[in-house]
Amino acid sequence: MIDKTIVTKIEEMFKTFQVLNEEGQIVNQEAMPALSDDQLKELMRRMVYTRVLDQRSISLNRQGRLGFYAPTAGQEASQLGSQFALEKEDWILPGYRDVPQLIWHGLPLHKAFLFSRGHYVGNQMPEGVNALPPQIIIAAQIIQATGVALGLKKRGKKAVAITYTGDGGSSQGDFYEGLNFAGAYNAPAIFVVQNNQFAISTPVEKQTAAKTIAQKAIAVGFPGIQVDGMDILAVYAAVKEARDRAINGEGPTLIETITYRYGPHTMAGDDPTRYRTEELTNEWEKKDPIVRFRKFLEGKGLWSKEEEEKVIEQAKEDIKAAIKKTDETPKQKVTDLIDIMYENLPYNLKEQREEYVRKESK
Amino acid sequence: MAQMTMIQAITNAMRTELKNDPNVLIFGEDVGVNGGVFRATEGLQQEFGEDRVFDTPLAESAIGGLAIGLALEGFRPVPEIQFFGFVYEVMDSLSGQMARMRYRSGGTFKAPITVRSPFGGGVKTPELHADSLEGLLAQQPGLKVVIPSTPYDAKGLLISAIRDNDPVIFLEHMKLYRSFREEVPEEEYTIPLGKAAVKREGKDLTIVTYGAMVHSSLKAADELAKEGISIEVIDLRTISPIDIDTIIESVKKTNRAIVVQEAQKQAGVAANVVAEITERAILDLEAPVLRVTAPDTVFPFSMAEDVWLPNYTDIIEKVKVVLNF
Repeated sequence: MIDKTIVTKIEEMFKTFQVLNEEGQIVNQEAMPALSDDQLKELMRRMVYTRVLDQRSISLNRQGRLGFYAPTAGQEASQLGSQFALEKEDWILPGYRDVPQLIWHGLPLHKAFLFSRGHYVGNQMPEGVNALPPQIIIAAQIIQATGVALGLKKRGKKAVAITYTGDGGSSQGDFYEGLNFAGAYNAPAIFVVQNNQFAISTPVEKQTAAKTIAQKAIAVGFPGIQVDGMDILAVYAAVKEARDRAINGEGPTLIETITYRYGPHTMAGDDPTRYRTEELTNEWEKKDPIVRFRKFLEGKGLWSKEEEEKVIEQAKEDIKAAIKKTDETPKQKVTDLIDIMYENLPYNLKEQREEYVRKESK
Repeated sequence: MAQMTMIQAITNAMRTELKNDPNVLIFGEDVGVNGGVFRATEGLQQEFGEDRVFDTPLAESAIGGLAIGLALEGFRPVPEIQFFGFVYEVMDSLSGQMARMRYRSGGTFKAPITVRSPFGGGVKTPELHADSLEGLLAQQPGLKVVIPSTPYDAKGLLISAIRDNDPVIFLEHMKLYRSFREEVPEEEYTIPLGKAAVKREGKDLTIVTYGAMVHSSLKAADELAKEGISIEVIDLRTISPIDIDTIIESVKKTNRAIVVQEAQKQAGVAANVVAEITERAILDLEAPVLRVTAPDTVFPFSMAEDVWLPNYTDIIEKVKVVLNF
C-alpha cells in the first residue's frame, strides 16, 4: 500500500553537494575538481568581473542607459562555474537571467547591452558561438535544449546542450516535457535549475511540495543532484561530471543549484523588501560565492587584493568601451525588422517594405 | 503518373524529401512503426530507419521544442501534430518560438520546420479533432500556412514547404485524405507557396476558398452553371500569405466575389480576404464581398456536423444574394 515514508526517503537521496564551505575550506576533498592554479584564478577573475558587471548594469539601467535587466549578483558560482565546465562546441540555451554565461561563451559585451536595450544586433550571435539569445518564455528553453541535444547526438558530436531555468520555472509543463523527452531519447542534455529561492515574490515552497527540485529527475528516470550553488567548485564539478556522462552516451542530468539573488527580480520596478526579509538576505550574504572562493584562493596564495583591483578596473574599462559601442550601433529601422523575418519576403512584407523605404528616405 | 489519394501524395512527398535531403527528419506521436494514425508516414520508417522517422512521447509542446532544437543543429524537421485541435498545447513553440527564430536572432538562426497536422469536419471525429484553427496561425508573423485541397497540390506544396527555410504549417483536411484520386507524377515537382490556383474559370462571380470548401464551391459552380451563372473558383492553397494578385485579377474581371471557409465567421481568414479586396478593388465591385462560413459556436458535436458545416447549398444561396444585390 502507500508508503508514507517515501517522501523523506527521497529527500535523503538529494543531500546538497558541497566542496567548499562558507569559510573557504575544502570539505569534500574527494570531489575536488582537477583544476590548475590558472584555472582557479580564472574562475575568481570571472566571478569578480561579473559582479562588477552586475553593479554597473544596475546603475546604467537606473541612468536609462540600459533597458531590461535581471540582476545576477549572488549567482556567480552557479552561472560561471557551470559555464566553465563547457567546451566551445556545447550549446547554451539561457533564460533571461543567464546573460553572464553567454558572455563567457563568446557573446561580446556590447551585444549583451544591445539585448538589454532591445536591439536585434544584440541577438546576432557571432559565428561559432553556440548559444541562443536569452529566453523570455520560462521553460521554452528546456524543450528546445532537448531538441539541440538530440541533434548533437544524431550528428555524432561529442558535445552537450545546457539550459538554465529558475525554481519557478520547474513548475512549467515544458520543464517536465523537456526533461522527459531528453530521458526518453537519452540525449546529451544538462538541465540546470538555479534555485534562488524566489520566483519574483513567490517563495519556492509555494511552487511545489517537493523538498528539492533535483528530485524531479525521478519522474523522468535520470540522475538529479542538488548542489550548493554558492560554491563554484561544487557547481563546476557537478556540471563537468554531467557533461562527461552526456558525451559518453549516458544521457541527461538535472542539476539544482541552491543560490540567491541579492538584487531585485528585474529592474522593472520589483521591490524585494516586500517579500523577503533583510535577515534572509544578510544570511545569504554570508554565503557569498566570491567571499568564500577568495578565502580559498588566498589560503593557497593564489589571490591578492591587487589582482582583484586589476580585474575590477578591467571590467569597468570594458563596460565603458562596450557601452560606447552600444551607443554607436546604428538605430533600427522598420526595413531592418522586415528583412530578418523570412528568407524570401511574402507579398505583404514586400509591399510594407516599399512603404517604409519611402518613409525612411524622407 | 499514378492515381493517388491525397494521403498517398503526402506520403510520396515525404518519401521524396527523405531521399533528397539527409537532414529531413519526421517525428510525432505514432508516426514511426505504426505509419501514422492516417497512414501518412506508412513505410517510411522501414525504408529510412528509426534515425530519420521516429516516435515521440505524447506531448505536443515538446514536439515543437524538439523541432526547434533539431533545426538549430542543421536538421530539417517535419514534425506531426496528430490533430490540429491539439495545437493549443504547442502554440508557444509555433507562434512564440519558431515563427520568431530568424527575426529574434537577427538572421543568425533559422527554423526550416514543416509542421504537418490533420484537421477538418465531415468525418464525425470526437471533440477537438476537426476544428479549423488556421486563422490563429495565419495571424502570426513569421509563419506560412498551407492548406492543399487535391492530391496533386498536396505533393507539390509539401515538397515546397519542406524545402522552405522558414516555418510552414501544413494543414491536411481529413475529409480530403481519401475522398478521391487524382493523377500525381511519381517524380518530384514543386508548387510555389503563396500562389493560388484558379480551379475553374468564370466571369460572373469569384469564389475565393480553400480546403474542403474548394470542392463544395466547385459543386456549387456546377449547379449554378446549369442556370447560366459562370463562377470562377480560386483555391488559395496558401492561406498566409495569400495570393493577392490572383484574387484581384479575378475580381477585376467578375466584379463580384464571395469568400468561403469551413471555419466560424469570427475565425479563419475570410475577413482578411474581404479586407484586401476592399482595399484594392472597391471600385471594381458591383456588390459587397460576402462570406460563407460556419456559425460562431464551438465546433459541433459530431451528430450536428451536417447542419453546422457550410455546404454547397449555402454557397449557392450566398452567390445569388451577391448577384441580386
